[in-house]
Amino acid sequence: MSNDVLFTIEDLEVSYGAIAALKGVSLEVQRGEIVTILGANGAGKTTTMRAISQLIKTKSGSIRFKGQELTKIPAHKIVKLGISHSPEGRRVFGVLTVEENLLLGTYSKGKVNPKTLRWIYEMFPRLEERRKQLAGTLSGGEQQMLAIGRALMSDPEMVLLDEPSLGIAPILVKAIFEQIKEISRQGVTVLLVEQNAKAALKLADRGYVLEVGKIALEGPSADLLASEKVQEAYLGKKN
Amino acid sequence: METFFQQLANGLTIGSMFALVALGYTMVYGVMRLINFAHGDMVAASAFVGLTVYTQVMGQASSLFAVIAIFMLTAGLMACVGVVLERVAYRPLRTAPRLSAVVSALGASLVIQNGIMLIWGPRMRIFPELVPQHYWHFGGVVISLIQVLILVISLVLMVALYLFIEKTRIGAAVRASSIDQDAARLMGINVNNIIALIFIIGSSLGAIGGLFIGLYYRGITFNMGWQYGLYAFIAAILGGIGNIPGAMLGGMLLGLFSAFISGYVSSTWADAFTFMLLIFILIVRPTGLLGERVAEKV
Repeated sequence: MSNDVLFTIEDLEVSYGAIAALKGVSLEVQRGEIVTILGANGAGKTTTMRAISQLIKTKSGSIRFKGQELTKIPAHKIVKLGISHSPEGRRVFGVLTVEENLLLGTYSKGKVNPKTLRWIYEMFPRLEERRKQLAGTLSGGEQQMLAIGRALMSDPEMVLLDEPSLGIAPILVKAIFEQIKEISRQGVTVLLVEQNAKAALKLADRGYVLEVGKIALEGPSADLLASEKVQEAYLGKKN
Repeated sequence: METFFQQLANGLTIGSMFALVALGYTMVYGVMRLINFAHGDMVAASAFVGLTVYTQVMGQASSLFAVIAIFMLTAGLMACVGVVLERVAYRPLRTAPRLSAVVSALGASLVIQNGIMLIWGPRMRIFPELVPQHYWHFGGVVISLIQVLILVISLVLMVALYLFIEKTRIGAAVRASSIDQDAARLMGINVNNIIALIFIIGSSLGAIGGLFIGLYYRGITFNMGWQYGLYAFIAAILGGIGNIPGAMLGGMLLGLFSAFISGYVSSTWADAFTFMLLIFILIVRPTGLLGERVAEKV
């Protein structure tokens, strides 16, 4: 693997009031990789994502993207640096149309890249069929496609995908995971948060396992898939 | 039939003033989930500011240019006051419990109301006659130039606002911020700027509404913001609070309703009937006439 570090987190700590959600998380992502963060509910996966996008204040530690420190930058300026975030629970703008949602994805740039829009519609033809429909009327899986598409509209270098499989029919999960591979093929670095450990590890190059705010395990996906600890805790296998 | 058309004209006039003021309530509520109780007093303040601009800045001139300048200056000044109000009274409480912001809004309302009283005095002041007294007679129905101007200018402003919100990039950012502020930030939208913009638009539309109230009713008092604010607030709820076309529709309907009650029943009873209408609408359609088009999927 090439040594081209795009993104690093060092000793990141985040707390909600007196409760520490992240207790010194460190990780790194190389350009072009798919990296997954696994963990149970409440392990701090979404908190990590929200900290990267500066939607929550970090207590200490650093987050660097292409060498630039993100922790002092306001949330609305992050996307302009090349990091786009498809949040947990999709968070599409329900009373706006599908197309308006996608166009808002380019708000930071001020103009639409027609090639990107074309690419997104090719990946998710459903979105094109329903582009005049209100986003709130889409099914959960379609909303997830829209959330991912919206995040890609700004032509990011790295995209954060927070639980794209959450509450979605298994057949759509498969389709969405296939498109994540396609996104990666187009040169976008992917940081993927998942509870569905097996699917995520099959897709990703490397993975980190979060446990109550700390990294418990890390390594190439194949190693994690084979590790007894991951199998026991996340894949439901007992030895 | 004469009563009908006369009250129709009167209702449309007061309805457009309600609608202009209601837009300020509904836009702020839409983005911040906050009832800006100070808005009515801002409207009252703008009538007094307009009075002072007329006497002190314009040297009591009432040419067409002077009138336009009075409107622009007053709207601009009130927009600045609105931005300061948000900075001082609401922004520090953005993440505080909802009730704290409501108390702050009530406090701001008292500060502005008493500020008007201290600057311009507690007695009723007479708003200048900026528009010539001109009347058209259609049978027994009398329509004044002021009524026509109020209706036309209000409609133009409302259509412009609607197009701005629905058709422009910044308008889409306003709508996105009103749905989900964090998701809006992820799109690169500076939500603080959007909120400032909301206060600029809401306060300047309210200022124009306040000047219309001065022009139409002539007598202005420091505490009139309470009454007109309440009416506009009801209009916003009636149309579905947070919904911009709803505030326009609610204002117009409320104006017509209260004019017809005044015309056919009794003007003493207009307020009572207005509140009965509000209660009825809230029972039948709790979200207001145009409230919430679709539910969010979880």
